[in-house]
Amino acid sequence: MFKSLDFLRGKRLQVPSPAARERAEGEGRTQAESRWSLLTNRPHPNPLPRCGRGGRTLVSLTLLSLTTSAIAQPKFQNLGRPATAAEIRAWDIDVRPDFKGLPAGSGSVSRGQDVWEAKCESCHGAFGESNEYFTPIVGHTKPGDMVTGRVAALRAETVPQRTSLMKLSQLSTLWDYINRAMPWNVPKSLSTDEVYAVTAYILNLGNIVPADFVLSDKNIAETQKKLPNRNGTTTAHAMWNVKDKPDTQGVNCVTNCAREVRITSRLPDYARNAHGNLAEQNRIVGAVRGADTRACASSPDAPCGSGSTATSSARANRGETAPARPATMPVTAEASTLAQKHACTACHGVKTKILGPSFTDIHKKYGPDSAAALAAKIKAGGSGVWGSVPMPAQAHVSDAEIRAMAEWLAAGKF
Amino acid sequence: MSSTRLGRLQKAPEFFITRDALTLPRDDRRAFLRKAFAAASAASVVAAAPRAFAQSSSATSAGDPAILNLPAHSKGLGQPVAARPYGLPSKYEENLQRRESPGLTRVGAASVSFAPLQGFFGIITPSGLHFERHHQGWWDIDPTQHRFMINGLVANPKVYTMDDLMRMPSVSRMHFLECGANTGMEWGNVAVPTVQYTHGMLSCCEFTGVPLKWLLDDCGIDLKKAKFILAEGADGSSMTRTINLSNALDDAIVAYGMNGEMLRPENGYPLRLVVPGVQGVSWVKYLRRIEVGDMPYATKDETLHYIDLMPDGQHRQYSSIQEVKSVITSPSGGQVLLDKGFFNVTGIAWSGRGKIRGVDVSVDGGKNWKAARLETPVLDKCLTRFNVDWTWDGKDAILMSRATDSTGQVQASISAMRKVRGTRSIYHNNAIQSWLVSPNGEVSNVQVA
Ligand code: HEC
Ligand code: HEC
Repeated sequence: MFKSLDFLRGKRLQVPSPAARERAEGEGRTQAESRWSLLTNRPHPNPLPRCGRGGRTLVSLTLLSLTTSAIAQPKFQNLGRPATAAEIRAWDIDVRPDFKGLPAGSGSVSRGQDVWEAKCESCHGAFGESNEYFTPIVGHTKPGDMVTGRVAALRAETVPQRTSLMKLSQLSTLWDYINRAMPWNVPKSLSTDEVYAVTAYILNLGNIVPADFVLSDKNIAETQKKLPNRNGTTTAHAMWNVKDKPDTQGVNCVTNCAREVRITSRLPDYARNAHGNLAEQNRIVGAVRGADTRACASSPDAPCGSGSTATSSARANRGETAPARPATMPVTAEASTLAQKHACTACHGVKTKILGPSFTDIHKKYGPDSAAALAAKIKAGGSGVWGSVPMPAQAHVSDAEIRAMAEWLAAGKF
Repeated sequence: MSSTRLGRLQKAPEFFITRDALTLPRDDRRAFLRKAFAAASAASVVAAAPRAFAQSSSATSAGDPAILNLPAHSKGLGQPVAARPYGLPSKYEENLQRRESPGLTRVGAASVSFAPLQGFFGIITPSGLHFERHHQGWWDIDPTQHRFMINGLVANPKVYTMDDLMRMPSVSRMHFLECGANTGMEWGNVAVPTVQYTHGMLSCCEFTGVPLKWLLDDCGIDLKKAKFILAEGADGSSMTRTINLSNALDDAIVAYGMNGEMLRPENGYPLRLVVPGVQGVSWVKYLRRIEVGDMPYATKDETLHYIDLMPDGQHRQYSSIQEVKSVITSPSGGQVLLDKGFFNVTGIAWSGRGKIRGVDVSVDGGKNWKAARLETPVLDKCLTRFNVDWTWDGKDAILMSRATDSTGQVQASISAMRKVRGTRSIYHNNAIQSWLVSPNGEVSNVQVA
């Protein structure tokens, strides 16, 4: 241990300040180091000696500049304490690609199906195919992929939406993630065997293991060898280590760089207002205003209104009259964003029941004249109407917003 | 009443009795209320008229009413100190907010809100407008109960309280923080209208904390065996990411401070990892543990996400470094130029590999370029603000910026990027951004070849 500390101290003295580093780079001195890192994904074990031309300057610069590297390692007496074995066990739950950290246990596909139906299906769909909460977990892997370890669909010109199983290269990832983070709303509530079981079930949904399969710490490494995309990743690229050589390089041309400029892509006019009215997303003073995207098309071929340079906000600023606007917002777009904003959608799907009933079912139950009643219910919360799970009071949401959502639910135009 | 804004639900008249009104002197209050009611009822028919006179340049022959008619704030008493014990931006700045991009994600607790870059000055992101990315919702964690552990290949696994960490010597560094998916929607084609949505998963703050190196040293890291570290959060997602030991020992910080105060809950209060130059997902929030190890960990967000799909169907795993990039923030998409004449074209540039060495700006779609002024400070792995003078002649113009960093890497065009990385990568799009200025003054997001 003392040895390693000394190593660190030695290293610190050798780390040049950023300015010095730039200078060194100018002299091409870090190239060997970066090549090493590219090959090994590791820092160079032996930082190159900073000697010879400019070496002395580097050291003195380091000592002068108040960078981390120049501050002597403080001794933190009485700060922090040893972690106990029980504490490390409680937190050190990660499972590595070599399955170090995996607790012993097992779970069958059929038990996994029970876990899935009780605790996962509401968000991910019966077959892991749902797109409502997150991208689908299962789909688009083929038996042939299990032979090559490369998912062919990833090479296709038109890749379908990428599912988790299409990308999964390490089985430890799936186990570790479910164990630490799922179910999303009650993470870390599954037993070890339930994690094995539901992992087995997901693999079975992807036709990777048979219906009578039991996944365990004993056979997980063997099972890894069947993953359709186990050979599908690479670390041979320029973005892992700061010193790696980039795979793209722009052109530093200054004059007459392009003969003709062609616009290859722009937003279609129908998407003009898709991000809301941009006039409301820009400052009301300054060199520019936001475009009123409710008004008219942006394309220069179909100029705004009279074809003048002004939108309503710019016009208003010049003392001209702004166009009238509706007294209330169109209910649908506004209310569905409100339901997102206030996290109603964490418990209510438009069509699916989550913790609470689906918005569609609420609409069906109460009908179009229920806005006032629904508003009161949202504000106060309640339980017992749809089941035993309570709906928390939403008193923090403004009355106007509750009203907008209640009208939206009553109208049922989702 | 000039706070009335387009597109908002009108409040009922009783809400117009605000704190402002109550603190006005009595007579003024009566006048204020009368006006408020009148305006409220008018507002239900047509609103937005007030702004028409806010900054009128249509002066009468005698002069500008904004000068000639003294406003209430020149003739009344203002608010007392500490009326807002924690200050807020002006109500006139309400338009600049973090926003979600509709349709991008499905649920708010596993989503992203974009920072309104179109309205920022300089290089520091106001804490309340820092972009957000949560995978499993955000928490406001009691700092007295928060613990930070280091274990793995160390001689002495240790636990630190916030008290311990805040007693240690600290460093304060300004760094940008960019999500690896920033600009990801634009790989295939133009998909979103404004710089908020094209580049707004980007922020830049001053972070204060303890260099990770000191803490690893304090626990006796085994540098013979150690090659990587795993950072882990305390929230439900227990976000985990592998970080290169070289980054960990270089400039990573275990940070509790942001812009002079504690981190905001949305940004990891009370503790987050700062990994300068590396994509945001590695800046683990609610940091509870660092494990020192000898192989990458293949966590969910480095095996299923934050992997870059290449044309040959392979995914680049552990892509981390945010490469040289820049964008003009004004004029930018969705804005309208008020008139012909002078404009200050302004933007930001950054690189995860070092400093910005220069930024060139083109107003003719990339035919000709001229060097922009870099404003100080120009710091390592930090935003750099650039400005360039421009006189708009009222004709079509395409504005672009191109940054070069201290390693000599030059920002590439989107077509050059696609040649190497295809269009399906999602992550790490650092291509040159183009904004088309149309004769009607509107600026729109375009891609050019
Ligand atoms: C309340 C909704 C909900 C429930 C219940 C739920 N999940 Fe999830 N799940 C999500 C969301 C949202 C994500 C994405 C989280 C993120 O963005 O990091 C996710 C992600 C996942 C992923 C990773 C997918 C990927 O490609 O990244 C897996 C695997 C998964 N869930 C499995 C499960 C299992 C197994 C269960 C049941 C034990 C479960 N989930 C229960 C909402 C849910
Ligand atoms: C934590 C989960 C949760 C959240 C968040 C939530 N709800 Fe609910 N909601 C429920 C549950 C559970 C029920 C069923 C309660 C019952 O059985 O009476 C429910 C019921 C409802 C009902 C029907 C009430 C009735 O009596 O039939 C409405 C309307 C509703 N929610 C709207 C909303 C809106 C709007 C929001 C957001 C502002 C919201 N909910 C947020 C869980 C939630």
